[in-house]
Amino acid sequence: MTTIDAPRSPQAPARPKRRTNWEKWGWIYMRVSGVLLVILIFGHLFVNLVAGHGIAAVDWAFVAGKWANPFWRVWDGLMLWLALIHGGNGMRTLVNDYAHNVTVNRVLKWGILLAVVILIVLGTYTVTAFDPCTVPNNGLSFCK
Amino acid sequence: MWSWVLHRITGVAIFFFLLVHVLDSVVLNISPDAYNAVIGTYKNTLLGIGEMGLVAAICFHALNGLRIIAVDIWSWATRNQRLLFWVVIVLWLVLMAGFVPVQIMHMGQEVHK
Ligand code: HEM
Repeated sequence: MTTIDAPRSPQAPARPKRRTNWEKWGWIYMRVSGVLLVILIFGHLFVNLVAGHGIAAVDWAFVAGKWANPFWRVWDGLMLWLALIHGGNGMRTLVNDYAHNVTVNRVLKWGILLAVVILIVLGTYTVTAFDPCTVPNNGLSFCK
Repeated sequence: MWSWVLHRITGVAIFFFLLVHVLDSVVLNISPDAYNAVIGTYKNTLLGIGEMGLVAAICFHALNGLRIIAVDIWSWATRNQRLLFWVVIVLWLVLMAGFVPVQIMHMGQEVHK
């Protein structure tokens, strides 16, 4: 009787390497950030566009008054981060759906990432470094 | 299908507005006059209408986004997703009825401090 060689068996252990499922986390992020953004954005729209004189009252002094309270700085900072990452990730989905050319796809996605990172840096700087009382003749009563 | 198309279009529109809006806020740290000049460009009829369009887009995207989340996690909502689409439309009309008259009122208002 002839013997048949044992079939090829994998050398590596059978257990597959566990990898992070980034698409799943992106999917979860879109939903969690969406719920938080409803609160943050509608609060923002109400205070800046509806209450008082709305957009007609918004100027440098209006923002200075609002950001005198750290509460609104945290609010706006959170909104900045959550919305830019949510929007950037959503734009990535669109690029993957419509840009089939590999080069175009890559360029657009790097462009989105670059825009999101730059704006988060600039926006975070704006909301943290803003110090109205160092501006001469600012006319703000709470600076004295 | 239409809710999906509208969700995409409004999402993209809000994203591009957000890019501009973060940049106009960066001017806060340049000088009060510079910021007031920039924000002053928002205070005219054309951009007043733009502001309504933006609010309309945000309201639809937010309500429909909540519908998508509900449909994903709650089987009752999955079965009744068509009904929920009409709920989104009705709530959107209610929100618009709240926002638009106020926005029209603020248009062209002069606020002296
Ligand atoms: C107001 C609260 C918001 C809620 C509840 C919300 C909810 C959602 C949900 C659930 C999705 C679907 C994701 C998926 O299908 O996997 C989504 C997609 C998207 N969102 Fe939002 N979102 C909100 C605000 C925003 C903002 C502020 C922006 C822009 C900066 C934005 C831009 C987008 C984009 C571009 C997409 C991708 C559309 C697509 O894949 O068809 N969203 N949003």
